[in-house]
Amino acid sequence: MSRLTLSKETKITLELIRRDKLAMLSLLIITFFVVVSITAPFIAPYPSQGEGLPVPEKRFLPPSFENPFGTDYLGRDVLSRVIFGARISLFVGIFVVCVAIMIGVPLGLIAGYFGGKVDEILMRITDVFLSFPSLLFAIALVATLGPGLFNAMISLSITWWPWYARLARAQAVTIKEQPYVLASQVIGVKGLTIVFRHLLPNALTPIIVQGTMDMSSAILAEAGLSFIGLGAQAPSPEWGLMVSTGRIYLLNYWWFPVFPGLAIFLVAIAFNLFGDSLRDILDPKTRKAGGQM
Amino acid sequence: MASFKTYFLKRIILALVVLYFVITITFVLSHVVPSDPAELYVGPKATAEQREKAIKELGLDQPLYIQYIRYFKNLVNGDLGKSLRAHTPVLHDILTYLPATLEIVILANILALIIGVAFGSYSALKKDMFADHLIRVISVGGVSIPSFWFALITQLVFFGILGIFPLDGRLSSDVQLFNPVHTVTGFFTIDSLITGNIVAFVDSVRHIILPAFVLATYPIGLVTRMVRSMMVEVLNENYIRFAKANGFRDNLIYYKYALKNAITPALMALGLSFAYSITGAFLVEVIFSWPGLGTYTVNAILENDYPAILGVTIFGTIFYVFINLFLDTLQAYLDPRVRLQ
Repeated sequence: MSRLTLSKETKITLELIRRDKLAMLSLLIITFFVVVSITAPFIAPYPSQGEGLPVPEKRFLPPSFENPFGTDYLGRDVLSRVIFGARISLFVGIFVVCVAIMIGVPLGLIAGYFGGKVDEILMRITDVFLSFPSLLFAIALVATLGPGLFNAMISLSITWWPWYARLARAQAVTIKEQPYVLASQVIGVKGLTIVFRHLLPNALTPIIVQGTMDMSSAILAEAGLSFIGLGAQAPSPEWGLMVSTGRIYLLNYWWFPVFPGLAIFLVAIAFNLFGDSLRDILDPKTRKAGGQM
Repeated sequence: MASFKTYFLKRIILALVVLYFVITITFVLSHVVPSDPAELYVGPKATAEQREKAIKELGLDQPLYIQYIRYFKNLVNGDLGKSLRAHTPVLHDILTYLPATLEIVILANILALIIGVAFGSYSALKKDMFADHLIRVISVGGVSIPSFWFALITQLVFFGILGIFPLDGRLSSDVQLFNPVHTVTGFFTIDSLITGNIVAFVDSVRHIILPAFVLATYPIGLVTRMVRSMMVEVLNENYIRFAKANGFRDNLIYYKYALKNAITPALMALGLSFAYSITGAFLVEVIFSWPGLGTYTVNAILENDYPAILGVTIFGTIFYVFINLFLDTLQAYLDPRVRLQ
């Protein structure tokens, strides 16, 4: 594949994303949260409260001009904490997805390309991992390693990579029959070189789509782990943990649990919608008008 | 049906192999990974004496392969160890809490199947029209909403503001006192009905609606998406066009000929959603104080009750493996193509 056609394809893809209103909206939300998490210390109204400084005299204030999302049980500004929480959730999503891809994709490509015994062994291993309900497996892992944000992220990555191994394997099996791969084989390029130089770049599309949607699943799973006490620990402004601490105050001070949860929902739906649109756009079968290639 | 039998046999062997590895992995997790497995089993507050006792009981002073054989033997005999808090056998606890969880999980999946198939097929019929876009956003929303937060929102709206559903629990305290449910199946909605306890039936239905609905949101999204994509594909098939050209009524074509082919993906989605529901129920149960496995596990987590947590993991995984075995077999039975791969 030459550089010229690649850039043309990319152009068409970008154009199609631009035309898809839902894709643009979700991209906008994602960008918004990325900017918020990078600039958190500067845009949060009360950065020190965002990081956990209690203000005893301001407990449970309803949303107002000074505290747009109200204050929590320690008098901290909920908006500031939600802003700081964005950093944690986005980081967790990126970390879990990247680690899962880095483990799963090479294994899947190798299994698919070489076939035979290697394939058989690697795929049986992924079968076993996939037969665990992933969140339950993650719970057992964190319970063993000890609760905490880092252990929660590690556990989620460990339960996630087999999906990428399977996806990458399926890609490798189709791509290895392509003429350019066969040609490289004929001139004697080494197997592993073919895997990483030829298979990897051409297998990336579905992996990127899956990765985008998994950002959402990873953020949700981690919020869930924090909610049941296995992830981030107080005074961390992690969203799931905030919902968990705030839930007993729901009927009297609704803003405390509601806003952090709303943030999780917004981020998760944005990544899912964007991934969904991306799949439709990148898959030639569902590609709509304008996709003349 | 010879090929079906072979398929079934192969699938059972695979399930057994998977179970073997699952048990091995949990063994590694509980005996090899931790630097001090005894502490996990007795908790950080245990005395030296208790530790010694646990090490003896669990055989932690033996070589690893003997521990492994012992662990395996215990599991095969249904011994998942004792919980740290109550000192009751974990398996006994699990079986006590299981019916409550199964009740909402099953109801949620039935809801998901009905609503998901309806949404998915309607969406496919109205492809690229407003209804299709709306259903797409709803289904993506369903898989994106954090269930524990959505549960709180429904409590806020339906209990706090509208006051039409109870806040939490399985039965109101007065009903529990004056019209207690006699356990037959462990499902309160069914038990109260077959014992003719109408007061308790109405009350238990009122209590189960919110948790079951919240638990169903994720599977609804999943089933909708799978049924929609399958229906879109099927509606382009030649035999559908042929039926249309022959002047068959649209409804007959859609619901009799096309929808039949969407059942397989719906079953696949159901397998996934069952997996989700087992753990999804954990978070939802906590919010609704639903006395099921989730509440049990989360309490175990809060109190560092390691044997209980590990027991639930093993039990849940075995349950999940068998659900998948069942669904795969059903699928192979309904769709001959599956058997041949």
